Amino acid sequence: MARVTFEEISAADFFYRNRDIAGFTNPSRAIFAAIRELVENSLDAAESLKIPPDIYVRLSYEGAVGTGTQVYRLRVEDNGIGVPPRHIPSAFGQILFGSKYKLKQQRGTFGLGGKMAILYGQITTHKPACVISSTGMSKIYKYKLMIDIQRNRPLILDRKIMINKTRWRGTIVEFSLEGDYFRAMPKILEYFKQTAMVNPYANLTFVDPKGRLYKFTRVTTEMPDPPKETLPHPYGVDVELLQRLINATPYRNMLEFLRYHFHRVGDKTAQKFLEFSNIRPSKNPKRLSHEEIVRLMHMLKKFKEFLPPDASCLSPLGENLLRAGIVKELKPEFVAVHQRRPATYAGHPFIVEVAIAYGGEIPKKEGFVIYRFANRIPLLYDEASDVSVRVINSMNWRRYKVAPDMPIAILVHICSTKVPYKTVGKEFIADRPEVRREIANGLREVARRLRRFLTRREHVYREKKRLGIFSKYLPKIAQFSTQLAGKEKAPDVKKLLRSVRRFGTEET
Amino acid sequence: MERKRRKSLVMEKRKEVLTSLESLGARIYEQMDKGFFPSIEMPSRSTENIYYDPNVRQFILGGKKVRRSARNIRHLRPFTQLVWTAFFSHELTMHRKTSTLRDVYYSAQAYEMSFKDQQESNNIITDLETVLGLSREDFNIFPEERSAVFGDLTIEYTVPGYEGKRLNLTSHPDGVMIGPALTSAEFVKTTADKVIAIEKGGLFTRFIEESVHKKFNAILVLTAGQAPRATRHFIRRLNRELKLPVYIFTDGDPWGMHIAMVIISGSANAAHLRELTTPDAKWSGVWATDIVNYKLPTDPLDDVDVKRLYELQRDPRYKDPLWQREIKTFLKIKRKAEQEAFSRYGLTYIVDEYLPAKLEETS
Ligand SMILES: Nc1ncnc2c1ncn2[C@@H]1O[C@H](COP(=O)(O)OP(=O)(O)O)[C@@H](O)[C@H]1O
Ligand SMILES: [Mg+2]
Repeated sequence: MARVTFEEISAADFFYRNRDIAGFTNPSRAIFAAIRELVENSLDAAESLKIPPDIYVRLSYEGAVGTGTQVYRLRVEDNGIGVPPRHIPSAFGQILFGSKYKLKQQRGTFGLGGKMAILYGQITTHKPACVISSTGMSKIYKYKLMIDIQRNRPLILDRKIMINKTRWRGTIVEFSLEGDYFRAMPKILEYFKQTAMVNPYANLTFVDPKGRLYKFTRVTTEMPDPPKETLPHPYGVDVELLQRLINATPYRNMLEFLRYHFHRVGDKTAQKFLEFSNIRPSKNPKRLSHEEIVRLMHMLKKFKEFLPPDASCLSPLGENLLRAGIVKELKPEFVAVHQRRPATYAGHPFIVEVAIAYGGEIPKKEGFVIYRFANRIPLLYDEASDVSVRVINSMNWRRYKVAPDMPIAILVHICSTKVPYKTVGKEFIADRPEVRREIANGLREVARRLRRFLTRREHVYREKKRLGIFSKYLPKIAQFSTQLAGKEKAPDVKKLLRSVRRFGTEET
Repeated sequence: MERKRRKSLVMEKRKEVLTSLESLGARIYEQMDKGFFPSIEMPSRSTENIYYDPNVRQFILGGKKVRRSARNIRHLRPFTQLVWTAFFSHELTMHRKTSTLRDVYYSAQAYEMSFKDQQESNNIITDLETVLGLSREDFNIFPEERSAVFGDLTIEYTVPGYEGKRLNLTSHPDGVMIGPALTSAEFVKTTADKVIAIEKGGLFTRFIEESVHKKFNAILVLTAGQAPRATRHFIRRLNRELKLPVYIFTDGDPWGMHIAMVIISGSANAAHLRELTTPDAKWSGVWATDIVNYKLPTDPLDDVDVKRLYELQRDPRYKDPLWQREIKTFLKIKRKAEQEAFSRYGLTYIVDEYLPAKLEETS
């Protein structure tokens, strides 16, 4: 079994040795990934309470190391839910410890991101991290800690408890790390901008090592409904998950096991399924052999009568917020947003949201500006391999009156309990037919609306130009014919100009 | 006495021009004053409306009309340009100023009436000619290219500052330029009894050096290639007013032939105009048969020459037996010759031998 080999090193050790899996490939990627992981933790922490997030990020310069690489101190403050005091050391000092293992849409999932950043800081600078947090009760806790890499345990160096007079609630994480801010800067700024775009209810502040302030202010306090937790859908399970459920289940027969551990499985459906797969309803799930578990998984996928998963575990942004975010960050002349109905791939529910924007601050360049998001996280790398980009490139944009040099931005957001990332790097989304279809249909819808806008605009433009021609030339005809005829006063062309306006369009 | 009458003719022409420009302005003014979009009607100049009229021996426009309306957005710009051009021509004629086609193009810019290019402004001027039935020289607009005249003809200027001044056209050995001043001048007296028009400057100079004007009692006109309209009109006046027969000498090729033909019968481009043709003028050479008879040094006809000959063969202006015979001969011998080819027989051969023979043959 695979596990056995892993047991020889700790999880912390494993990720330490394979840190590029989590995106800490080089000094430039590392500083980007660290900021990103902490900001996402903060966003999650505020959203789970439905509080509009206020996040303050400061990166300051601590000293030089080598060419390009420097030591920086990173500080991220939020107004989120806070971490209960007894969990602080593990939440920030033990890999694979987290509160987000349940099945619902959120940004983090593995109990990994924030700690990878801290771990990276520790191995590059040998300095402890500092975490201050309060859940808004009477005390504030301050920890100085390091990660014991071999044992994957937090090492608490110092702990302080302070009286929380102002009933402050939130978390502050601060640590040192090596990085290359100069090279990472464009991506980091892009990350903030795009995060602001899909979190229009958040205040984001970033102070960079040069002391420059970047502020992204919220335009709304409205927030999407937080996702509900859900059970796994039978189409989406794998052997690993079945094994874990069997170990944990209190139920002693298959009927109840199916009924209570799976999404969209009631008494009747469970019976029908057991009949279909030739499994005795009274069979004890704990007695299933490995072969039987594998077979169970295959039968679950084969059975046609499970209802598709419902999407209450998803938290899409919604058309209004998406529009608000785009208007705020791009100030376009026109924007169309569209949310698709929930769909599923392999038992995982997902919702696609798309938008198209024209003009304003969108740069004119060869091709579109494409913004990709998964669970409200901007995807900034490997654009060319992403399914959205493929769909966009395969569309016949001329049908929508779109010319290649128009200032157009396209946004695709996919949210899911399991985003179909192509690689562990989590930077682009795989080309799954179900996902592709949703993206394509969504884009066609907003493209049609863009076409309507462009047509109308062209019409208005042509009409204006037409009137411009009349008002340029008619007075001249009047003037020259008056002089030619030897008259004193030029004929009044206002009436003629009015009539062109009224019967506007019979000539083309 | 005769002179007085002619002088008043020039004045009358000027009055007629001014009146027709003013009434065009009044027509447009009234339409607008009554609250209508002004429009102008004129004969169509499209090829389907151009006919050869054997009676007047030139191309004329048929009955088809086109209407330019300021209501139509596509007509609006050319319409305005037309009205401006009429206004501008009126100013010119009024103040007895002249302007070249190029000047017109630039002047328009001062009135924020810019033309896209010279071609556009030329087209509008042709429109105005068509509307008024007058040629641009009548309203004092002249092309750049200038040809020349030499011979015993005394003229009297009518242009401002020169009114009453006289000039004998032998006074300058390079000839006198046929410009606006000469075009509008009165003919006072001449001893010449014929006009010889010559295609090329080199030969024109040779003829003056060899005193062709004296030996043959001729007024010499240099067409400098295809004769400008002013020159065609000038030749016509020499023919009509002074009753002088006109002989034309060109290169011996289809292009030379056609230079002669345009002086005689006009061009399709000027189908809307009269008084530019001289139907009784004669093409005296160089003929294809001359090439054979005089054993002239030649060049072979190239493809465009041959193609042009076939076109001319079908052209109604060329239906005369002489022209048809020459076209056929060209096609048969497949050779062409320049006027200078006569130099093979010595510099004066053309004057001493060829010219008298041809004048004899074509008179
Ligand atoms: N800013 C924060 N506010 C509240 N809780 C936090 C914050 N940052 C981290 N946590 C807690 O620590 C856990 C571990 O975080 P992390 O290592 O980033 O993994 P993940 O986000 O994938 O769960 C989270 O699941 C969350 O419970
Ligand atoms: Mg995280």
